[in-house]
Amino acid sequence: MIEVEVLVIGGGPAGLCAAINAAQAGAQVLVLERHELPGGQLVKQTHMFFGSEKQYASVRGVDIAPKLIDKIAKLDKINLETQATALGIYEDGVVTAEIKGVYTHIKPKRIIVATGASEKTLVFPNNDLPGIYGAGAVQTLMNVYGVKPGNNVLMVGAGNIGLIVSYQLAQAGVKIKAIIDAAPKIGGYLVHAAKVQRMGIPILTGYTVKEAVGTDCIQKAVIVKLDENWQPVEGTEIEYEVDVMCIAVGLSPLAELLWQAGCDMKYISELSGFVPVRTKMLETSVKGMYVAGDVCGVEEATSAMVEGYLAGLAAAESLGYKNEIMAEKRQDYIDQLEALRGGHIGKKILSGLKKVTI
Amino acid sequence: MCEKSKVASQQQIDEAFPADGRLAKGPAAIIECFQRIPCNPCFAACKRKAIKEFNDINDLPIIDHDACNGCGMCIVKCPGLAIMVVDAGYSAHEALIKIPYEFVPLPNKTQILNGLDREGKYICDVIVRDVWDSKTLDKTPIISFSVPIEYIKNVRNISMKS
Amino acid sequence: MDKQFKLRITKHPILTFNKDKTVKFTFEGKELEGYEGETIAAALHANGIKVLSHSHERKRARGFYCAIGNCGQCNMIVNGMSNVRVCTEMLEDGMIVQTQNDKGRLL
Repeated sequence: MIEVEVLVIGGGPAGLCAAINAAQAGAQVLVLERHELPGGQLVKQTHMFFGSEKQYASVRGVDIAPKLIDKIAKLDKINLETQATALGIYEDGVVTAEIKGVYTHIKPKRIIVATGASEKTLVFPNNDLPGIYGAGAVQTLMNVYGVKPGNNVLMVGAGNIGLIVSYQLAQAGVKIKAIIDAAPKIGGYLVHAAKVQRMGIPILTGYTVKEAVGTDCIQKAVIVKLDENWQPVEGTEIEYEVDVMCIAVGLSPLAELLWQAGCDMKYISELSGFVPVRTKMLETSVKGMYVAGDVCGVEEATSAMVEGYLAGLAAAESLGYKNEIMAEKRQDYIDQLEALRGGHIGKKILSGLKKVTI
Repeated sequence: MCEKSKVASQQQIDEAFPADGRLAKGPAAIIECFQRIPCNPCFAACKRKAIKEFNDINDLPIIDHDACNGCGMCIVKCPGLAIMVVDAGYSAHEALIKIPYEFVPLPNKTQILNGLDREGKYICDVIVRDVWDSKTLDKTPIISFSVPIEYIKNVRNISMKS
Repeated sequence: MDKQFKLRITKHPILTFNKDKTVKFTFEGKELEGYEGETIAAALHANGIKVLSHSHERKRARGFYCAIGNCGQCNMIVNGMSNVRVCTEMLEDGMIVQTQNDKGRLL
């Protein structure tokens, strides 16, 4: 049985920042990351981040991960285990995990769940054809392993992810035939849209996928226009010859551990799925269990990092670790989150958070 | 920019450009950022404080074109790649435009490329005058190219001739 | 081998890919090459192999979807072991990769 003060489940931006703050406050921390390398989604983000200096604005995501990992390496109180998958959280407070092939029991005093989110999919005929990939999958292939997903892509989704991944595909030498979105408006930042439009990539709003065509792999994508009632308009079909369809229609929080642990969960569409009810300090309805990042509401890596810092601080403080600057730091994180949520996308997030923050 | 799927409107472009006469005096940054999003590194990038400090990080950037000397540091710091530098005083018939270019291969000096508008449509041939790629730019090289002066507000991007 | 090079990114404006060590493995008995530090799925994909299995009842072609271990579409038999998610399993020299067309045998 491994006894630890703070267990952080997930080594992405939220988890790493939570670990840093908990350790800096004085707590002993164990981080479990299921992949070979920590960094979560940061390791695939070749674009510069937005936000402000505190959230590494203008720094590429791929460059932020090493900075956080470096900070962690310098903190003795953090033990970062990779190839470590949390398997369950039980009523007696024991967390089971598989660490490098060895089944392990952990007894933490506090838990921070920062397990992120996973790709949603879309329903249409032949949506199971090879070559139809989630946006994250395309990023993993391209930016982590240097493999193109194919040569001709239809991007489904004009939110930030769809727009950014289209740009990244172009940087890898892949042709994007079009970006489509069922919504009447482009949901992502218009500066991202402008970047791809000036490359000649058309963005068609008000269109959805009618079907994919192919035998063993996708060979053609057929899209169709939607009317104001979201119904397909006959005769408006457009066909594209593609070998990849990239689905960027959002993520769902990976909240299985929270369900098992007995947290109060609510379905909040603005936060992209079932999320835990939590306090402002990110503590769930299960005492001593905190959340941070996409698992408690799909947002951005910038807010994930700040939530991580906040949860780490809160967990350490609840263990009795206090110092003079904690209150100031706490307020700063709250201010940063408020600023990050001040735009049009933030409005939606805030309305969602109102429904789950107690 | 229109969220439907249109690019920046003529009015938005006109508002981003300085008053007539300013660009003939020398280069200045044109910031095509028309939507409130949480982002402010352009302010910190400008050593001359030509870009005003943000009260709220969601504010749109405001630039004093008279204080701007067109150095281009804001070009590489803008995460949205929304900034270019334009110089209408480059020559009698040409303007010089500097844009961020994050693709390979980089073009060469004197190379003739396609000048594209905001929808990626071909407008005219452009000539590469300089390619700046150094460690300070953190993998966002800046390409300077000349365009016929009448296209100064239309050309926003470049592409290689096939 | 030709297909492999077409899908490998050779030049990238932001990233450099570590292609120091070549790794040999087999897929359905055919010898293929990949690189150390990549997943089996990435290596297969680079070799032009997108169909990883077929569905049990309707025999529909299956490839990966999420490429990060969440969706369960990429199960294959690796070195005799079933239900290996090849999108997160790292490639090793001499690996024997086979299509899994049933629910897998663990014993």
